[in-house]
Amino acid sequence: MSLAQWSNLFVYAAMAMYALAFISFAVSFAASRTATAEGATSDADLGVEPVEVLSGATGVAAGTAARTADGPGDPLPSAASPADAAARARAEARARSAQLEAEMAAEARRVGRRGRTDRSGAAQALPPGRRASNIAMSLTWLACALLLAGLVTRGLWAGRAPWGNMYEYSLASALAITGVFLGVSLRRDVRWLGLLVTMASLITLGVAVLLLYNDSPQLVPALHSYWLVIHVSAAIISGGAFTVGAAATVLYLIADRADRRADARFSRAIAERIPDAVTLDTLAYRVNAFVFPLWTFAVIAGAIWAEDAWGRYWGWDPKETWAFITWLIYAGYLHARATAGWRGRKAAVIALIGFASFLINFFGVNLFVSGLHSYAGV
Amino acid sequence: MTAGPTVPPRAAGDAEGVDLAAGLPDGSGLETDPRTLDPTQRHDGLPADAVVLGSDWGSSRKRRTTGMGPRLGPVGWLRWAWRQLTSMRTALVLLFLLAVAAIPGSVLPQRGTDPLAVNAWLADNAGLGPTLDRFGFFEVFTAPWFSAIYILLFISLIGCVLPRIGAHWRAMRQPTPPAPRRLTRLAGASTWQTDDPSVLATATATLLGQRWRVTPGPDGEGPTGSMAAEKGFARETGNLLFHIALVLILIGVALGALFGWKGTVIVREGSGFSDTLTQYDSFAPGRLADAEDLPPFSFTLTDFEATFEREGSQRGAPRSFSATLDYTGEPGASRQTKVVSVNEPLTLDGAKVFLVGHGYAPHLRLRDSTGTVVFDDTVVFLPQDGSFTSTGVLKAPDATPQLGITAIFAPTAVVDQHLGPHSVFPAPDNPGLFASAFTGDLGLDTGMPSNVFELDTAGLEQVGLEGLVPGQTWQLPDGAGSLEFVAVERWASFTISHDPGKGLALAGAVLAIVGLMLSLFVKRRRIWVRVDEVPARPAPAAPAADAPTSAEVPAPTAASPTSAEVPASPDGAPTSAGTPASPDGAPTPENPRAGTDAARPHGGSVPPWRASGGAATVYRVQVGGLSRTESADVIGEVQQLVARLGGPVTEEQS
Repeated sequence: MSLAQWSNLFVYAAMAMYALAFISFAVSFAASRTATAEGATSDADLGVEPVEVLSGATGVAAGTAARTADGPGDPLPSAASPADAAARARAEARARSAQLEAEMAAEARRVGRRGRTDRSGAAQALPPGRRASNIAMSLTWLACALLLAGLVTRGLWAGRAPWGNMYEYSLASALAITGVFLGVSLRRDVRWLGLLVTMASLITLGVAVLLLYNDSPQLVPALHSYWLVIHVSAAIISGGAFTVGAAATVLYLIADRADRRADARFSRAIAERIPDAVTLDTLAYRVNAFVFPLWTFAVIAGAIWAEDAWGRYWGWDPKETWAFITWLIYAGYLHARATAGWRGRKAAVIALIGFASFLINFFGVNLFVSGLHSYAGV
Repeated sequence: MTAGPTVPPRAAGDAEGVDLAAGLPDGSGLETDPRTLDPTQRHDGLPADAVVLGSDWGSSRKRRTTGMGPRLGPVGWLRWAWRQLTSMRTALVLLFLLAVAAIPGSVLPQRGTDPLAVNAWLADNAGLGPTLDRFGFFEVFTAPWFSAIYILLFISLIGCVLPRIGAHWRAMRQPTPPAPRRLTRLAGASTWQTDDPSVLATATATLLGQRWRVTPGPDGEGPTGSMAAEKGFARETGNLLFHIALVLILIGVALGALFGWKGTVIVREGSGFSDTLTQYDSFAPGRLADAEDLPPFSFTLTDFEATFEREGSQRGAPRSFSATLDYTGEPGASRQTKVVSVNEPLTLDGAKVFLVGHGYAPHLRLRDSTGTVVFDDTVVFLPQDGSFTSTGVLKAPDATPQLGITAIFAPTAVVDQHLGPHSVFPAPDNPGLFASAFTGDLGLDTGMPSNVFELDTAGLEQVGLEGLVPGQTWQLPDGAGSLEFVAVERWASFTISHDPGKGLALAGAVLAIVGLMLSLFVKRRRIWVRVDEVPARPAPAAPAADAPTSAEVPAPTAASPTSAEVPASPDGAPTSAGTPASPDGAPTPENPRAGTDAARPHGGSVPPWRASGGAATVYRVQVGGLSRTESADVIGEVQQLVARLGGPVTEEQS
């Protein structure tokens, strides 16, 4: 069997693992309902100190929740008007966030001190859906490893960086999406993001295998450059992070809607299973803030390469134009997020528009517009 | 403050980063622009996030709503307009406008990159085309409206950055505000008692070692006193650097556009090119470029090789191009050889030569009716499809009678009933020439310029059609002459460009990335340490001598967020309008609870054996921090310091 066939085998195996991971995440998602009011009270009491009010956005939520729970009497009058109902919904959301904060802190401790895990972990019953999400995380790691193997064998077979055409680029993008997700998961509990991430990876792989398969190890002359490694890998990692950031942003918008509207039943059903809006917004921001300099670098590296290949560093080729548009929109997102009146929902919508323009740049420009980048073998 | 109880609770996300209700000594570091110190704006909680360019949007809104417009004079209006232009909201709108304006440039064909496609599009869309053309939709990136957007954006950027440079400079030189009396409400705060008199010195040394900027407190040297440490000025430095770098890039682009030039030329195998204006097929000089003074190089294309994929789904895709150039930098200099390929241009003094295209140039030999050779050279054929089915024209005005040939060249020729003669593979595996000969007046004697790649057959008489392979000669009907297909040669096209601004643009790009990373990843935070001597018997408040005077502490401006956020605070005493919380946390008539120890987690009452003894002095150590930007995570830093100083590290905060 040739290396190319091994590569295909690994990719199919990875797809199977992604599918299983997706199902497990879905099971976990369906089973997990965070936060009941009494749970929030107790957790907030033992967990989060009001001191953390100063620690940043998440701290504010946790602190507020703690204050709500601690306060003498009920600080919020019983719900009589819609405004009160909304306020109550927000308070509940904060209480939920406090519990999750406490859980995440506990999780961080467990990760930090393995020895304690075994003692306390055995005694403690797993929250609903936790087992399924543990399985899903393991499957995701396995899928990621298989996809990496597929990409490495593909690269060995071709004797070059394995992202020389749209098929390989898509494989690498799926790997980047999962890789960014798993990287984040090492530092915090983001299992709730797994459903969207595995779905995105699976769709990317499906498109790659069904529509973009390419059996040639050779490259067009324009790609014979070490910039292929630099520019394209930066773009691929950016794409992975953009996707993870967009997934977190979508969930943020759902959680935010659930906080604002008591009658948004679908949003509330989802919001019960994910962290509070502030946590989601912060995570989305961190991912997008990480990716923006990388994307800037990818664009600049592309410009340097273009100067070598075509005699100009910027020529408004459709790919360049859409890379520029994507950059502008994410720059707008970063500014909006720091501007009064634009923060929160509006900024999140901008981030999603930015992601859409990234997708247009990735798929649309290659498939529908002819330009200097239309060599990638579609 | 009017904001107090009337303002509904804000979503927690609006108060990210800092909650100044904790009685901090100042809010000055947050907003360097005094206009934003309006309490209602403060309530919007604009953070000092380094990504922010202008944060004075709130103030302009304020101005509008207070109805100052009608009484503005011309200068006032100018100031108003400038403020609008440099506001963040305007910058955001311009950013999105620029993004939207760029879209037609990627969807519609552009003259700058593909003028033929523009003509084709105009021909296909006679209705809409001229209108779009009038508004520059086929030259979007040089259209006035596109330029207007980015010029306004850069003016807005500069107007925003310049004042901030001064503000940042002053902020860096300004000492960190001194520690408040009570640090218990700061992030990660810890309080404990110790008899170690060196705690303050240790804290100072530790933080200095970690490259914090340490400002000693106003209470002087000794075991007691306070210190303030600050870190992360590079965040705003990077932010400013990034925006300045964008201006540099723009200048670089402008230099290139004004003083650069770019030309393309098709060179057939065996023929040469010397760098003068007349030899270019197309030439685009910058507005201020001196096209008469081009670098005096010349080269000859001695060989061109191209290989193509022969197997699988990518059959026919190009795999390598290489053009061998025999060149000289200036007349008389020694000749050198360089193989130019797609990513390897030929770099000469003042210009770069890039290989950008290729095609076939069949060598044709044409004799007229008298048997005279009227043409004997290679003819450039332009490729029409991916398999290099190419078309070309040969005009022989000197022939008797005048002869014109139009021909299709196919490197791997196939004749199909529907498609006619065409090529199925780009390499010359089975080359064929399908020629059509015309006689009559070619119209070249009128002096009117005509396209060398087109033959106007109106008024000409077609004398015959024939397919030829290399080496074959076609005797034209009626003794009009003969056409010999001598051999298959190739041509390569080169872009030759000179861009004096690209170095500056590259420098700007590198600086932009550096600045961007600093502005996004550097964390701004402050840590305060205060060491007090525990009095022999409990005292209600600290000695007045220790309290910073009002001159040292700017008036607090930020006491409202929490009071607004928690309208029904437990003690029912939200800070009300015009009564700022005491900066040092000491009790004041307006804020009587500030001095009590209700919130203090550790310490509190002094153990009797300490109070009675007098053998060792007991100190109370307080440590606390403040994250000045989102996600600055100061708690970890504070706890690290607390652990270093021997203070209590609690489970939750570890």
